[in-house]
Amino acid sequence: MYSRIEVFLKNEFPDPLGNNIRSEIETSGFRGVTNVRVHQVYIIFGNVSKNTLNTIAIRLLADTITQDYQISDSGSGISDYGHHIVEISRKPGVMDPVEQSVLKALRDIGISIDGVKTAQKYIINGNISNETIRSIATKVLANAKIEDIFIYPETANYNHGNTQYSFKKQTLPLLDADNKQLEEISILGQLSLNLQEMQAIQRYYQSINRDPTDIELETIAQTWSEHCLHKTFKGIIDFNGNKIDNLLQNTIMKATKELNKPWCVSVFKDNAGIIQFDNHYNVCFKVETHNHPSAIEPYGGANTGVGGVIRDIMGTGLGGKPILNTDVFCFGIPDTPPDKIPKGVLHPMRIFKGVVAGVRDYGNRMGIPTANGAIFFDERYIGNPLVFCGTVGLIPKNKCQKEAHPNDLIVVAGGRTGRDGIHGATFSSAELHEQSEQTSGGAVQIGNAITEKTLLDVLLQARDKGFYSCITDCGAGGLSSAIGEMGQDLGALVNLERVPLKYEGLSYTEIWISESQERMVLAVPPEKEADILDLFKAENVEATVIGRFTNDKILRLFYNSQLVGEIEMDFLHKGIPRLERKATWHRPVFEEPALPEKKDFGTDLKKILSSWNVCSKEWVIRQYDHEVQGGSVLKPLQGIHNDGPGDACIVTPVLGSKKGIVVSNGMNPRYGDIDPYHMAASAIDEALRQIIAVGGSLEQVALLDNFCWGNTNKPDRLGSLVRAAQACYDIAIAYGTPFISGKDSLNNEFVTEKETIVIPPTLLISAVSVMEDVHNAVSMDIKEPGNLVYIVGLTRPELGGSHYYHIHGYKGNNVPKVDAVLGKKIMNTLSQATNCKIIRSCHDCSEGGLAIAAAEMAFAGGYGMILHLSAVATEGGIHRDDTILFSESNSRFIVEVRPEHQKQFEKLVKDIPYGLLGKVTPEPLLKIYGLNDKLIANENIYDLREEWQAPLRW
Amino acid sequence: MLVPKVLIIRTAGTNCDYETRYAFEKAGAKVDVVHINILLANRKLLKDYHILTLPGGFTYGDDISAGKILANQIKYNLEEDITAFINEKKLILGICNGFQTLTKAGLLPSINKNYQEATLTFNDSNKFEDRWVYLKVCSNKSIFIKDTDISIIYLPIAHGEGKFITKDETVLNTITTNHQIIFKYVNERGEEAGYPWNPAGSIQNIAGICDPTGQILGMMPHPERYVEPTQHPRWTRNGLKEWGDGFFIFKNAVQYVKTSF
Repeated sequence: MYSRIEVFLKNEFPDPLGNNIRSEIETSGFRGVTNVRVHQVYIIFGNVSKNTLNTIAIRLLADTITQDYQISDSGSGISDYGHHIVEISRKPGVMDPVEQSVLKALRDIGISIDGVKTAQKYIINGNISNETIRSIATKVLANAKIEDIFIYPETANYNHGNTQYSFKKQTLPLLDADNKQLEEISILGQLSLNLQEMQAIQRYYQSINRDPTDIELETIAQTWSEHCLHKTFKGIIDFNGNKIDNLLQNTIMKATKELNKPWCVSVFKDNAGIIQFDNHYNVCFKVETHNHPSAIEPYGGANTGVGGVIRDIMGTGLGGKPILNTDVFCFGIPDTPPDKIPKGVLHPMRIFKGVVAGVRDYGNRMGIPTANGAIFFDERYIGNPLVFCGTVGLIPKNKCQKEAHPNDLIVVAGGRTGRDGIHGATFSSAELHEQSEQTSGGAVQIGNAITEKTLLDVLLQARDKGFYSCITDCGAGGLSSAIGEMGQDLGALVNLERVPLKYEGLSYTEIWISESQERMVLAVPPEKEADILDLFKAENVEATVIGRFTNDKILRLFYNSQLVGEIEMDFLHKGIPRLERKATWHRPVFEEPALPEKKDFGTDLKKILSSWNVCSKEWVIRQYDHEVQGGSVLKPLQGIHNDGPGDACIVTPVLGSKKGIVVSNGMNPRYGDIDPYHMAASAIDEALRQIIAVGGSLEQVALLDNFCWGNTNKPDRLGSLVRAAQACYDIAIAYGTPFISGKDSLNNEFVTEKETIVIPPTLLISAVSVMEDVHNAVSMDIKEPGNLVYIVGLTRPELGGSHYYHIHGYKGNNVPKVDAVLGKKIMNTLSQATNCKIIRSCHDCSEGGLAIAAAEMAFAGGYGMILHLSAVATEGGIHRDDTILFSESNSRFIVEVRPEHQKQFEKLVKDIPYGLLGKVTPEPLLKIYGLNDKLIANENIYDLREEWQAPLRW
Repeated sequence: MLVPKVLIIRTAGTNCDYETRYAFEKAGAKVDVVHINILLANRKLLKDYHILTLPGGFTYGDDISAGKILANQIKYNLEEDITAFINEKKLILGICNGFQTLTKAGLLPSINKNYQEATLTFNDSNKFEDRWVYLKVCSNKSIFIKDTDISIIYLPIAHGEGKFITKDETVLNTITTNHQIIFKYVNERGEEAGYPWNPAGSIQNIAGICDPTGQILGMMPHPERYVEPTQHPRWTRNGLKEWGDGFFIFKNAVQYVKTSF
């Protein structure tokens, strides 16, 4: 029994959402839709009188200034005015934050109902066939994986009420299974365990002479998943004949160990790395990926990706306060023709928009500024988009260590547990294929940012009152991983029936491995139980004691006092057989282009500026609140019109203090096609360049690594991973910048019946640094006519993997390399210069090289430049203008200096390669003279800006 | 000398409390950030304060519509207390989500008391936007901007539901003739202009209004995000001011309390 309340804008008001959807429909290639209006539908369950329904509508649901409403009973279904009517609602069990808010708001005004569900009703006008409407509904309006679609005259039917769960303890016949059966058990259970691992599990259960229960096997699968354990990085690798025992410890962690920086507080052990900030606080930083979920449901995938990494910070030490988000995406080409999209894949444009909306809605609601990011496009991401979500946190110096103790209570706090996200950990460790959406629908989730925000508000208070001894987030693997990790050296006893559920019907195993969002697990000393539960209650946050930690190193799981699982922690965490894999890498050879010499490079300049990877991302950036918390000192958009592309961002997390945090990132997958070693080296150099460009220094820079690779069971993929990791070690050591945290997401391959699409090897390097005085910050926009323009650093013939080659359809071989000894000298010198406050603007040369950097500085500043390539310091015999213009050699900067500081500046840089390129001019023209002093580019900066802004002006 | 006391209300989804507290403290006030549940359980608490502030954020996720659920909590539980608060000549400030809440609770423009006469609805662009805007100070009826020679200020907005609409022409005319329109969106030359200067498409470019007493101010732009000079998007070009354009709003409020209580 339910009633419908439909709320809609009065006719005299335009419907922005409707208009938006109409253009979405158009851009998706459907012609003929003239008008779309959207009704918000509330399904009110229970026997509720007409009067009450009216009260609900007037007092709560309808904004009577702009909206009307209409009440109908459950029978009437969808009323039939308008041309076509489509109603869409989330499938039962899929998170809908609005439902919870409505129930709360109704309680506030003293009305109780059985439940509520929301739906959107689209009234679509235009001369369109029913078939077209159906594909509009599935391709534009809804995601059938999480939403039900009703198209008039079908009547929407909603039922409330849940299937009951009847307890039955499940065991699996493992003891006498042969290899084939072992593999079947792994596949059927979506355990992503290989034969070697299944055999190890079998041997264990043979030794204790019983079959495992389903929950035990699931627990092992979660704990042993690539996602949770990083088997590849920690395994044994035979690389072209050399044995590497634990790649992570031999490269990335080794650099940190050898550098042994006193300001590194906690590295590679907690949910995030921690470095020192000021006398009261440290800073923690973590970057996660949420690739597979975002491929299947972009909004929910990105949404929960952000929510997840924020919880990493909330679960670092005894809990950090999130102060900054950074988001980096890799997508397929946005204008890919629909017929070129493989089966089972969403269009890149739709993934792009969905991901941005997901990040926006979560980050903005959490009140965390999203002030740094990047987007990279390549056709090979079409089946495997990459979504990197990072969060920086501020944590009191005395709250960085945590330890659970025997008899501490296990408390789960925050959101309730539902069936969402079952098998996320194991799913994210497998390849995607055409059927992934069916088999893994369960891995799709939607977040509820407000649940997480309320949880955060209480946790920070509880932390400061010392109400808990240990905390971690519920991420991949859910309670299974969280409690398994926390109790690793203790043992734990859990009563699964105590876990608060969103709805009935979950089995004990589903409760245990569900990846429902917005949950944290705490270890609470018994004497603090009452205090902490009261604190949660006071702010309407649910917190429940579900068990306790023990001291026998055994994990015991009960459901209504029946023992359903019993595993030794040692086997769970140490029992996994180590992977042994072959890796090989051979330098590929690409065609070396012989491009004709040119008299004018204006066209190439514009082509690169308007290419997907270089063009303005303002459309994305403005949808993120990048200023909340008030700390932004250097914003992502800079210059006279607030629209220039900034390098690193700077925030002051403690208002009133001049001490800042600088965050940047570096990535260039195209270099990886030529040599992953130089890709990794260049990514690190780029991240560091950005920090230097904004006035930072190498004094205290920490790095994070995020590897997204193809299937590393294949020796060539693994070989390229090894190359990249080796570069991470070499360059981190050379620059003196330790890694403090990292993550990998492997198996990013998409299998269609025709082919396997492998993503390019993608390494994201994120950097965080501490800046003593943010008043030294430098932006990238040129400031005053008459100022001098320098280039600092060496330009080499390094066009391999460059944007210049790309727009001409080539890759080439001469990939940019890093001379870290020189690079360090250059960066330290520039830091000195910014400390003397003689740098008016600075921009690093990266995508598109010198020419693009200069163009960006010019249109951001609103002035022109006259530049002479003959002044550029080069190496390796460069005789061509295009090489100097577009080479992407590392460790280079363009710098603006006032004439009165010329001597002082040139004295500072005398020992490093530099050249006086030219000067800033009042007339808005970018004039570049070639090696032979002939004019080779003469463009109006506003034409250049238009080229740069047009592609993503949506 | 009396230290003005500011009560910042927070609830699920409030998120500008930290910087709003900072702005008031910088202006010399003592600030408490209190959860709505505590105030609802003990309404007398309000009496201890001179300035009530509803900061920005997404209260209850802005589910249903921005600020609506908090507005109801206030309307149906705190109406008398707030009326008393105003009768004692005390001040109320609502920023962004706080403005949306005050409007939906009927506290702004409040020509007829406690009755919703306006709303803030979805941006014409139908998307959340963070950008800096120029604001013309149109009237000094509000105590928050009294006795200032400032005519144009520069502040950031960050919202998806900022389009100000009145119930009808009458309300619009009344707030105009009452000088209740405090801030209008303008371009850098001080002229009223369309998008993006008026980011949401508010009627008559309205960015902020006050009630007939001048004691309640609601505004979509964020004054608390420009109290420190380094918060300006172009300080690296134009140099550092002594303080940000938003600061005087907090200073005036604190000054008023110091002199009137």
